[in-house]
Amino acid sequence: MALQEKYRQLIDASKTAGISNLKVREQDNILYIDGEAPNGQTKDKLWDIYAKIDPDFQAGDLIMDINVTASAPGTRAKVVTESSNLNIRKGPGTDQPIAGKAAHNEIVTIVSQTSDQWWLIRTDKGVEGYAYAQYLSPQ
Amino acid sequence: MKPFQLKLLMLSLVCLSALEFSSCKSKPKDSDLQASFNEKARSDAQMSNITATASEGVITLNGECPDPNCKSNAEQAARDIKGVTSVVNNITIAPPPSPVPAPEIATNDALSTGVRDAVKDHPGVKAEVTNNEIYLTGEIKRSDLPALMQKLSSLNAKKINNNLTIK
Repeated sequence: MALQEKYRQLIDASKTAGISNLKVREQDNILYIDGEAPNGQTKDKLWDIYAKIDPDFQAGDLIMDINVTASAPGTRAKVVTESSNLNIRKGPGTDQPIAGKAAHNEIVTIVSQTSDQWWLIRTDKGVEGYAYAQYLSPQ
Repeated sequence: MKPFQLKLLMLSLVCLSALEFSSCKSKPKDSDLQASFNEKARSDAQMSNITATASEGVITLNGECPDPNCKSNAEQAARDIKGVTSVVNNITIAPPPSPVPAPEIATNDALSTGVRDAVKDHPGVKAEVTNNEIYLTGEIKRSDLPALMQKLSSLNAKKINNNLTIK
């Protein structure tokens, strides 16, 4: 319960931010917070709070797994790489061949969210494949 | 009409109205009984999911209570209402809230694949997976750290041991 106290602000924010399927539990002195955020901003807000409580992320006592779920297939997403192009691959993994690229800040279509890490997307030019979800922000 | 007959008629009229009046008093309207119960239920949050219907002085309670105590309290509250002849208690007890499932922990193989993808864009970071835990060494820019942690946090590791040097 001590961990829930430490991360109280984060837990409270998750509850009020509209996180669905929110699960908060402690096991072996690690706090696990899972859920689905309605958008990228909500997820970022929670990570900002986390960074305030543990700025170096070195305490090793929290795993916050908040995914952003696009509400419907066909949702548009922006490529939010730092500056480079985003690789679109033939399969979900960096070992998979590259099928094409999406430009930084390009808007693409989410075909399906096959896993938390890899989403199937399609660019407006018609390139379809898997991209790393971290670099996509549903609009 | 003879005075005697008139008297008898008047007497019977008085009797009739008295009978009417008393019967009206001993039998409150069913809608009033229902309203009385709703009034009582409003003051108790546990009884918020209970509905009462009255018919011929019999109150039937339906709905859900969080515990047996609330169920008997509701029944008593209905019995205490003047004019209620009996109570049919159909209240069910709500099942206790299901416990939060334990966190899902990914296998070492799945973690290794996920970690490889996650650190690809962070060349200074070394990551290893042992016993379902991720171990990070090497160095990273502070501005890149949240992005890396977000990627690793979605892999269902048991623990993330972050020993990175933050520049």
